[in-house]
Amino acid sequence: MTVRECPRVEVVVIGAGHAGLAMSWCLTGRGIDHVVLERGQIANAWRQDRWDSLRLLTPNWQCRLPGYRYSGPDPDGFMGREEVVDFIAGYAANFRAPVRTGVTVTAVSAFGGGYRVNTDYGPWECRALVIATGAFAVPRVPAIADRLPATIEQYTAGNYRSPGQLCDGHVLVVGGSATGVQLADEIRRSGRQVTLAVGEHVRLPRCYRGRDIQWWLDAIGVLDERHDQVDDLHRARRVPSPQLSGAATLDLNALQSRGVRVVGRLAGFSDGRAQFSGGLRNHCALADLKMNRLFRRIDQWAQAHGMDNNLPPPEDFPATRVDDNPLLTLDLHRQGLRSLVWATGFRPDYSWLRVPVLDRKGNLRHHGGVVAPGLYALGLPFMRRRSSSFIHGTANDARELCAHLVDYLESEYRRSNFAVSMA
Amino acid sequence: MTVQTVITDNGVNVEALLVARQALAEAPEAAQFRWRASCEWVRGTHSCTAVEGFYGLGEEQRHRNTFTFDADHPELFASDDRGATPVEYVLVGLAGCLTAGIASVAQNRGIQLHSVTAVLEGSMDVQGILGMDADVRNGFDDVRVVFEIDADASRADIEALVAQSQKRSAVFDIITNPTNVRVEVR
Repeated sequence: MTVRECPRVEVVVIGAGHAGLAMSWCLTGRGIDHVVLERGQIANAWRQDRWDSLRLLTPNWQCRLPGYRYSGPDPDGFMGREEVVDFIAGYAANFRAPVRTGVTVTAVSAFGGGYRVNTDYGPWECRALVIATGAFAVPRVPAIADRLPATIEQYTAGNYRSPGQLCDGHVLVVGGSATGVQLADEIRRSGRQVTLAVGEHVRLPRCYRGRDIQWWLDAIGVLDERHDQVDDLHRARRVPSPQLSGAATLDLNALQSRGVRVVGRLAGFSDGRAQFSGGLRNHCALADLKMNRLFRRIDQWAQAHGMDNNLPPPEDFPATRVDDNPLLTLDLHRQGLRSLVWATGFRPDYSWLRVPVLDRKGNLRHHGGVVAPGLYALGLPFMRRRSSSFIHGTANDARELCAHLVDYLESEYRRSNFAVSMA
Repeated sequence: MTVQTVITDNGVNVEALLVARQALAEAPEAAQFRWRASCEWVRGTHSCTAVEGFYGLGEEQRHRNTFTFDADHPELFASDDRGATPVEYVLVGLAGCLTAGIASVAQNRGIQLHSVTAVLEGSMDVQGILGMDADVRNGFDDVRVVFEIDADASRADIEALVAQSQKRSAVFDIITNPTNVRVEVR
């Protein structure tokens, strides 16, 4: 590698996904010199680390970023993985985002009142830094994975691609959120026997009273709830993604009617058996109650806004069916279990961050995305508002954080100029 | 018009619990508790277990009194029936835990309780404990809890109380999930 002079920029943005690019657009608009460093290609996780059939949980009309929105022929459709890649890459091309692809950040440390970013391509120095590496960087796999017999192949939501990859035979899918229900569904459709282990989950139908559920969440203001307004932000940030798929309602009843066996949370492995929690009924009851509370809130909103006459009547969805005696143990060998898919969520990766801003659980401490002086995060669940978890929610977050960042840079200028004039 | 402020009082000091929760968030090591019981065989299947001290908030703690519990088996098992059977104590623990949870959650949600009763039943095939059939487990094969709750709340809110109390219940978790148990002889 050739030795090069360390470039200085005002701002380094790490990650060229939708969040990093939204920030880049805002910085570009403010005329702020910056670079977006990307380990792979633009929208890398969508290209490399997701399964083939993945679709967004949000309809196309909701896919909007600062200065950019979906403009295709199917506003009510749901983008597939490749369309998401094209959408994000199109955004970067649209304003010629200063992205450096193929540059992996190896360390970030505080340096000279700003930050130094070491990469496999050499260092950068900046006065402010935006972490936009995403909340879904590394699949989360529970420690009990170590106790699974070696004869069973393990996959994660990061390296599973399609059912064809799995051996024939019984598949255990662990996790009842968006990923788990989608993978259980497509693996079952491939003709395999599927058992789905479900803990706490969020049940939502695709449509309610003739409108997409995302339309309702948007309309009634759920998505606008701010981080400084909720009772328990820590919990709100950990709410799993709802049991949704792009296509249709995909709740546990739908899966069971297609032959997926639903069991409680995977609790462990012992003597060649998987053990499941006996708390399935309550996990389903909690999800049903929460969904029904949301419906009542929607109904009240519809009534208050005079929409009742133009909408189908309030709907009741059947309670989640739970066997009288749900399976508590599964003999892995006797039940012909050959593969297990961990759909147990993702976590961010901050292993390169040499700034003391993580809590004891390894999460970034931040206040609405403001981490430390000149250090920002973007694209985290419920970062500034509930919508922060979605592509469109990043738009507001990026604008607000960019304004904060610009104020910070200007106040730092004033201070350094003051210091110079005093010298 | 007079505005009446209704103050919910289920006898649970939720403020103190929330303060404790905040304090423990800053000092998670103080959240490490150890619960204890000491047991002595009396005669036959009769034993007596005492509960007095426990460890928590970084130091040894004590109950206000020592509580004792006689355990035995009923006469139809040719025992003297000097106490509840151990499996009935499991139901006692579950009932106490869920009910405490309901009161606390109701207090936190501003729901006034008037009465809370529960009937519990655990079914068991005793061929397991008698060693008659290896396919039958020793413990309960099913546990049913039926609450009747009179409270100033809708049915949905009451169901949500009961669901939340299960979600946060230690005994519910102990019963529904595997727990590592070590039994040694000194």
